Amino acid sequence: MRSELTRFSVVKSLLKNRWPQLFGFIVMLAGFLYAIMTGFIGTPVGNNNFSTVFVWIAWWAILILVAVPFFGRGWCAVCPIPLPGEWIQRGAILEPPSRKPRRLNLRWPNKLRNIWLQNLTFTLVALFSTVILTTPKVTAVVLAAMLFLAVGMSIVFERRTFCRYLCPVSGFIGLYAQTAPVELRVKDKQVCITCKGKPCYNGSAAGYGCPWDVFPGGLTKNTYCGLCMECLRTCPNDNIAINLRPFAADLGQPSRKLDEAFKAFIMLGAAMVYAGVLLGPWGELKSAAYSVGTVAWFGYVMAFLAFIFGLLPALFWLAVKLGQVLSKSNVPARHVFAAFATALVPLGLMFWVAFSLSFVLTNASYIFIAFSDPFGWGWNLFGTAALTWQPYLTTALVPLQTLVLVGGLLWSVRTAQKVGREVKIQPVPVIVFSMLVTLVMLGLLL
Amino acid sequence: MKRSEILSRLLVIAGVLLVLSVPLAVHFYEGQGIVEIHGRMAESGGWSPNSIHAQVGVPLHLRLTSDDVMHGFAIGQSDMPAVDVAPGKMTEVTLTFNKPGTYTYYCTRWCGPNHWRMRGTIEVSGGSSDAPQPVSPPLYMTLNLNIDAPHPAIATPTERPSALRGAAFAAMLSSSYLTNDYYRAHSPSQAYLDLRADPALSSLSNPNVWDLVAYIWQSTTTPEGRAEGQRLFARNCSACHGESGGGDGVFSASVNAQTGKFPANFTDPASLLGASPALLQGKILRGGMGTGMPYWGPIFENETIWSIIGYIYTFQFDEVQK
Repeated sequence: MRSELTRFSVVKSLLKNRWPQLFGFIVMLAGFLYAIMTGFIGTPVGNNNFSTVFVWIAWWAILILVAVPFFGRGWCAVCPIPLPGEWIQRGAILEPPSRKPRRLNLRWPNKLRNIWLQNLTFTLVALFSTVILTTPKVTAVVLAAMLFLAVGMSIVFERRTFCRYLCPVSGFIGLYAQTAPVELRVKDKQVCITCKGKPCYNGSAAGYGCPWDVFPGGLTKNTYCGLCMECLRTCPNDNIAINLRPFAADLGQPSRKLDEAFKAFIMLGAAMVYAGVLLGPWGELKSAAYSVGTVAWFGYVMAFLAFIFGLLPALFWLAVKLGQVLSKSNVPARHVFAAFATALVPLGLMFWVAFSLSFVLTNASYIFIAFSDPFGWGWNLFGTAALTWQPYLTTALVPLQTLVLVGGLLWSVRTAQKVGREVKIQPVPVIVFSMLVTLVMLGLLL
Repeated sequence: MKRSEILSRLLVIAGVLLVLSVPLAVHFYEGQGIVEIHGRMAESGGWSPNSIHAQVGVPLHLRLTSDDVMHGFAIGQSDMPAVDVAPGKMTEVTLTFNKPGTYTYYCTRWCGPNHWRMRGTIEVSGGSSDAPQPVSPPLYMTLNLNIDAPHPAIATPTERPSALRGAAFAAMLSSSYLTNDYYRAHSPSQAYLDLRADPALSSLSNPNVWDLVAYIWQSTTTPEGRAEGQRLFARNCSACHGESGGGDGVFSASVNAQTGKFPANFTDPASLLGASPALLQGKILRGGMGTGMPYWGPIFENETIWSIIGYIYTFQFDEVQK
């Protein structure tokens, strides 16, 4: 059941036209650079600095509560990080120039054409997250590093290699974009097969070849489509459609990739660890996570890594193995493991939503303060600088989080059943795993 | 190059320049003639800057902010009320100095174990060309006291002395004991020995004589002074010495970790009753002694220090009216 949005000429024109997207880019780039600047020269007090408040409260809330669940990679469509690098790489901001600039345009190594590096970068950021989240300068360093890395990679490699293979945010947005009710797909695959020159992938005078290194004709899920709309501009056959669809439509086709499976574990585990460290009552745990470089921090790192890369996958593997034994299946365990990890996608997303609700509603009042006085220099741009901190919707928070977690569990159960039917393996042990981790998350949050 | 491409490039550049340059320009414009002081816990650097220059009669505009925890800001030996310096917020203060000299600004909030090290100076120059007023040396120097030497009490009471009980024998007391000169130059235990040796008081028991000592200590101070001393003690001393004077304040453990010594215990008669007010004045003024005791000379006026000392002895003596 799909509804094509691009059948409306207004929508199609808006998406094909480069100017609305450019304005989005400019606003986002300005905000991004402003966040870097406030981080470097504003007050070092995290809850009064635009950098930390804007990125980790306002942007994060919009991303995880709205953008990802409803628009998938919608954020990637306006993310400013690739803009400067692409300008250098393409030699233009809007349409392709008549003369292509001479760049190395190297292909990304085949062995790295997966999301293992993104798993690594996300884990790295996660290990330092307590410091990054609370220290404006460190936030600014991370943002600036992402920008410089993206520019550097655009100069050396073709397309958006940073976004596709390195960006720590892009990895999980791609994973959870599978659940979004929006997709970009071709209308008729046969048209793509017979299309000469494949301008959607190779580019043409009308637009650039897919920056995400995806051939739209082969798209079956949202994971790697950045919704940049280049294929909509370049397709000579009007064969690209933006569709509204049911939530989680991609999860019907379970993944067979271990890198994606581990992305699901990293995200699930990180949400649980954050709930414990950032929202829990354990002062020593917080101190250990914050004291980067100390023995206690190394202990925290080891525990974090062991939980995400050891305990969770091991328990899940046992559940999958038990399902195999119950079903007397000969399908390779690695395939079944990766396939069933798809059930963790909706569960992980709902873990993040539940965690973020608590985090964001508790700290949202800082947004008004920091927007009025972004540097902590005593400004009062919107008359809200003198507001005091206060948490919002405290009475609704617990029921809301419970609802989200239970909803996530049901969604995960439904997905596990679908995967079970697909791979012909009993899903009950995986469902029990999902129930257990949901119970732990409930205990951590409530 | 197409016009649209040129326009798009201009828009990107303009957007970036606007967002980066406008805040800097505004901040630079607003900062003209204002000194911005950042407060950090002493362990992280204290006040920055910690030295400012000002001119007599010329208003000094300060913008104060904290980079970590709540601090307070006050100028030593001045009437300026302390202001809070909150993290990430700006507090504006304008000061005008009438006399040249070196003024100390300090933190008034217990921000950390080395809170008292959060100090800076304002060098005020210009103004009157009159020769500086001669300053008389503090009493402890006049008396040539060694404030670093141990000062055990020569005698201690068997029960807590009471000024109220002592008042009953006040008529027997020579007026020479009830002077500031006597009180400030003698420790309570010295006073006890003096009184014990006084033939006019030979009929009194030892506890009665101690009560008279308490009476002398109370009579030479005022209730208002002791109340002021109590307020200042609670604000400036209790974090180390404890609110009840037992040397067990919240920072006592960290003082011990740094110096190997605990803050003085004013509830211990063997120690406090061996210290004269002049000796305590020296300790407060100069600080040090390898104990982590701050120097309060640039902060407190002379009379303020006597008020605090008057209050400290109430840890040993019952007052008529507490």
